[in-house]
Amino acid sequence: MDITEVPVSHDNKGKKKKNKKTKNTEGNGGADVVETKEDVKMEKSEAAESAFPPTFSVSEIKNKQRRHHMFLKFKLEKRKQKLQLKKKKKKERKALGDKAPPKEVPKTIENQRVYDETTVDPQDEEIAFDEGTDEFSAYFNGLTNPKVLITTSDRPRGRTVRFCEQLATVIPDAHVYYRRGLALKRVIPQCVARNFTYLMVINEDRKVPNGLVLCHLPNGPTAHFKISNARLRKEMKRRGKDPTLHSPEVILNNFTTRLGHSIGRMFAALFPQDPHFVGRQVATFHNQRDFVFFRFHRYIFKNEKKVGIQELGPRFTLKLRSLQKGTFDSKFGEYEWVLKRHEMDACRRKFQL
Amino acid sequence: MADTSRLCSVWLGSETGILKGVSLTRKQAFNFCNTSHLSRDQEVRALCWGDPDESELLVGSADGTVKTFSTEKGVFTETRRCGDPVTDGPFTGLAALMSGSSSVVTCVESGAVRVWREDGGDEPVTELHAGKNVCRMRQSPVNRHVVATGGKENGLKIWDLQKPESPVFTAKNLRDDWLDLRRPQWVRDVAFIPDSDKVVTCTGYHQVHVFDPSSPQRRPVLEVEYGEYPLTALSLPAAGGTVVVGNTHGEIAVLDLRKGVVRGCLKGLAGGVRSLQCHPSRPEVASCGLDRFLRIHGLEDRKLQHKVYLKSRLNCVLLASRDLGDGGGAVEGEVKEEDGGEEDDVWETMERVEEKTKRKTTEEEEQLQKKRKKGQD
Repeated sequence: MDITEVPVSHDNKGKKKKNKKTKNTEGNGGADVVETKEDVKMEKSEAAESAFPPTFSVSEIKNKQRRHHMFLKFKLEKRKQKLQLKKKKKKERKALGDKAPPKEVPKTIENQRVYDETTVDPQDEEIAFDEGTDEFSAYFNGLTNPKVLITTSDRPRGRTVRFCEQLATVIPDAHVYYRRGLALKRVIPQCVARNFTYLMVINEDRKVPNGLVLCHLPNGPTAHFKISNARLRKEMKRRGKDPTLHSPEVILNNFTTRLGHSIGRMFAALFPQDPHFVGRQVATFHNQRDFVFFRFHRYIFKNEKKVGIQELGPRFTLKLRSLQKGTFDSKFGEYEWVLKRHEMDACRRKFQL
Repeated sequence: MADTSRLCSVWLGSETGILKGVSLTRKQAFNFCNTSHLSRDQEVRALCWGDPDESELLVGSADGTVKTFSTEKGVFTETRRCGDPVTDGPFTGLAALMSGSSSVVTCVESGAVRVWREDGGDEPVTELHAGKNVCRMRQSPVNRHVVATGGKENGLKIWDLQKPESPVFTAKNLRDDWLDLRRPQWVRDVAFIPDSDKVVTCTGYHQVHVFDPSSPQRRPVLEVEYGEYPLTALSLPAAGGTVVVGNTHGEIAVLDLRKGVVRGCLKGLAGGVRSLQCHPSRPEVASCGLDRFLRIHGLEDRKLQHKVYLKSRLNCVLLASRDLGDGGGAVEGEVKEEDGGEEDDVWETMERVEEKTKRKTTEEEEQLQKKRKKGQD
């Protein structure tokens, strides 16, 4: 290529552009015939400024209108090339038939995830012991049955009330109580005395649920989540009939790190250990990029191969804010994990759960 | 076991009752316990060196026993029972007197500070009561028989173990606040400032206090506030003039003890700090806590130097002074760096000289040229 300086004067545009064009095509030489043809067409339609020398960038054009125009062109060109390449590849694949090389796996931030040294190895004795003797061990050994108290921040309104009611239909043995302006620290001993194993507090802001405090009783831990995108049963499309009283099955996806394990165990301990398979209901906690998606479904085996599912609702998304050791004590409690924004999430490929 | 234990320069006690050793040069961590007999009763609550050579490690467990671990042999050599865990509560402090026979000072949550001699049998030689809810007992690094205690609603007290009848110094509570309300007290950690009588404490109400027993004032001579969460641990760096404190949210800060301001924060922690220790000679601080990581920060640049995942929640950390934090490799590296620095200096001076000469030469040349021009003219 022999053009290194960038001519950006608008007076003698046409000439220069043409100059570029010819040189460009010369330089490319072995490029596809189709492309050159297209270039020619473009030239015909409008003094084509589609291709630029390598050091030229659209942003250097000073006239805004012109720049915008050029940029649109540039983009269109790029898109065309991309589509062509795609077509070509597809053709090649078809021609090769079975011998075609396997498709490349797309790069996503999940499969590019930074290695986390806390990922739990199921064979590890020490972690097995740690988990075997933690606060949830009583539930996992079958000694206690979950009993959940659901309450809200003070004076809940609108959606929050309905959200609580619907949560209570999802979690078996859940009791919704009106908060009555009570302090959580006063509520907790009463809950413990009445054999509750969980205290769940939904916080609301402008009539929309936005926070969840999940406190395992009698001695912690306490997790604080942000709730977003809560969708109630009424707002669901193609929703099934209301859930039955059967205790659902629980699916926990992608809770791999040590922290994720603790959170997963916490969710698991909300539901009774022996699900009623007659009810065909499933509660799913799916973790993806540290967001936990909750869905509640009913399934049916249509035949040996086909399964139908029907969403029952509600659905919402949780994001962990903190995990505190012991029952709720935001002032003097010791935190096992706190989300520190801009420090922990500086790397987009690093996940905590 | 013996080979691995000799390598370790950082020792940690975990909530699952495992004593862990970390070798930073090899980037390896070792567990020193019998994995078949794990139990949470053996939770390590206190760690200290048993002798000045740092060949013995004293481990205070939650079940009221103090075990001696030999770092030479890599095994637990001795177990002695120090008090009843049911009535006393867990250990809050442990120290070795290191005067002739191996005597151990223990402190429990109920406030009993006891001195145990090896040949003394099951009864403590000395016993004193430091009040209820003691959170920490620390030994003075200079006078081994001086200890400080403090806890919830239990201000700082300094005791001389040779005169256990009454404390040497009792701190007075802070003045009532502007509403004439009593200020609550909650000492979470204590440290003696070397080269002076002063004692620094950190409280559950995010204050750092400096007490001076040599002055008549019994209230703190300096008060610093840091953050809004309870401070749980503190440690004094070798350089002096500063203190490193950590809180329940995993924030560590270096505070200046002369002006009472924050010098800088150490980043990278995810969970609450349980224990902090500065290296006795190098500007490094080790921290451990509920997020199951051991982290070592440099105090000069405040950068994270090492991060080790240790699988259990960690209660206490202890650094060895002998091989300078991270063993031979780092020392060599440092020496090399120093060499490099000297060379750099040499080059800098040489360059300067060259530049000067160059300038001179150019100037001279110019003058010469001028002269020539003049001559031509």
